[in-house]
Amino acid sequence: MAKRVEAANVTAYYGGFKAIENINLTVEPKTVTALIGPSGCGKSTFLRSINRMHEVLPGARVEGNLTIDGQDVYDRDVDVTAVRRMIGMVFQRPNPFPTMSIFDNVVAGLRLNGVRRKSILEEAAEKALRSANLWDEVKDRLGKPGAGLSGGQQQRLCIARTIAVEPQVVLMDEPCSALDPISTLAIEDLMFQLKDKFTIIIVTHNMQQAARVSDRTAFFSIEKTGDPGRLIEYDNTQKIFSNPTQKKTEDYITGRFG
Amino acid sequence: MTTTLPTHRPRPPAQPATLRARRLPAYAAPAIAVAALLLSAGLVYGAGIGGPVLVVVVGALLYLVGLFVAANAVEGRRSARDRTWSALIHSAFVLAVLPLASVVWTLVSKGSERLDANFFGTSMNNIGARDANGGAYHAIIGTLEQVGIAALITVPLGVLCAIYIVEYGRGRFAFTIRFFVDVMTGIPSIVTGLFVLAFWVLIVSPWFNDGRPGFSGFAAALALSVLMLPTVVRSTEEMLRLVPAPLREGAYALGVPKWKTILRVVLPTALPGIVTGIMLAIARAAGETAPVLLVAGGGAAINFNPFENNQSSLALFVYQQAGEASKYSPARAWTAALTLVALVLVLTVAAKLLARRNRLGR
Repeated sequence: MAKRVEAANVTAYYGGFKAIENINLTVEPKTVTALIGPSGCGKSTFLRSINRMHEVLPGARVEGNLTIDGQDVYDRDVDVTAVRRMIGMVFQRPNPFPTMSIFDNVVAGLRLNGVRRKSILEEAAEKALRSANLWDEVKDRLGKPGAGLSGGQQQRLCIARTIAVEPQVVLMDEPCSALDPISTLAIEDLMFQLKDKFTIIIVTHNMQQAARVSDRTAFFSIEKTGDPGRLIEYDNTQKIFSNPTQKKTEDYITGRFG
Repeated sequence: MTTTLPTHRPRPPAQPATLRARRLPAYAAPAIAVAALLLSAGLVYGAGIGGPVLVVVVGALLYLVGLFVAANAVEGRRSARDRTWSALIHSAFVLAVLPLASVVWTLVSKGSERLDANFFGTSMNNIGARDANGGAYHAIIGTLEQVGIAALITVPLGVLCAIYIVEYGRGRFAFTIRFFVDVMTGIPSIVTGLFVLAFWVLIVSPWFNDGRPGFSGFAAALALSVLMLPTVVRSTEEMLRLVPAPLREGAYALGVPKWKTILRVVLPTALPGIVTGIMLAIARAAGETAPVLLVAGGGAAINFNPFENNQSSLALFVYQQAGEASKYSPARAWTAALTLVALVLVLTVAAKLLARRNRLGR
């Protein structure tokens, strides 16, 4: 199920602006990897280039080599939708589809990719909602609109929607930044459970969160505004937070910079 | 450092000792209104310079002044301004609604005279100037068919065009299309009528008609669709732009192809707004007279076939009846106008209900 993600010399642009430069990073299967760093250092850009969401913006492009279990994600013959089905993504703000019910939201990925059989959809919906710790809260109102849930529930609904298509890698772009501590805790618990099946990469501004949930941590930074973001240090989370090799990393995690 | 700090400090605004303030009693505003109206009636009739309309206008002005003075004396300046502004805004609303109410009232009162089964069941065929009967059956059929065909042509074309502009169009070509859609908005209806007359009626229709050019309801529908297209494109475009980008990204991230994202996520989200825009275009088309006169010719008889021979429409019927030398025709014109407004209203309400039913909840 879970796959290894390898980035070699990945550079990404927004039009003429170079947002990240020469990122080299390998993410092992069935681990949680946290990307930390100051605002604007390219964490999200790097995350979005993994499942080719970066190129959705006009003028945005990616150079370098990104492979998932050895397959080049940016190969000419690769179908973008296949990449995104294999690498799911959860966004910073919950974005349930407003015209769809809770049930329709969860199975949207399956249904819009051609699954019609009701029994399959129902089974997948229950499984995904249970994995997202949301089933007990919504099982009696699956027909109600997804936008009527609370912020934390909406975010778990989006996670359920993402894992319902059974991706092999799940990318999370600050999934808890709009949530209260209790919902945050629920989602962190969820990550621990999902780790058994998926490879998870999470961008977070919350260093305690990175320390709590991740196995490995990558620290990104920029020299100054306008410069591209670079990977400064990438190691086991324990090592990064207790004994980082780079001075910059130490400054950042101790709060002296950024 | 030897520089001295400036000694002048801005004074903080005086804090009120209490949160309570003196208020005008609840009856003050109505009392001032009554007093203003009485005073104005006395002035206007006393001087003998006008009627009830002038009384209301002068009364409204006196009311604004009186309210300001009274509130200024009791409640203070800020509150007086607040009251005067909200009174002004309310009177602007009344001013805006007055013409609408007047139109509806005139239509209903004058149109009800011929609001009978005969009007909706017969045409104007063989109805002379001295006949009290005659109706708009043929015109209703004409309007429904012409607007229906125009909508069938315009809605898919307009919505697809808007989707192209918003979702796919890049660079100069999309910009050019947008620009010409804007230009189309300003084309007068008589010009589209002339265009269809020159292009369809005179050049194309002889091919189907044994070499003779012929009027038809379809030609009118073509002219109406040229008129409707820019409205549909622009309103759909605005609505599609309002759909938040994260929704599209959410669908892309699930591996949904772009066309399916547009069809199943973007369009349903924008649907109520798109329907409103389409109904505005339909309402405008249903009220057009000039193109129908030019290319469908009008006619007194019932003609169900939009592809052959003359057809009338409600707007054209109103125009013709209003100008006819018969003492019975003005009543027909009023009833036809009432029918037209009611038709558009019913269509709009039905479309809104349909669009709402597709949304969840409630």
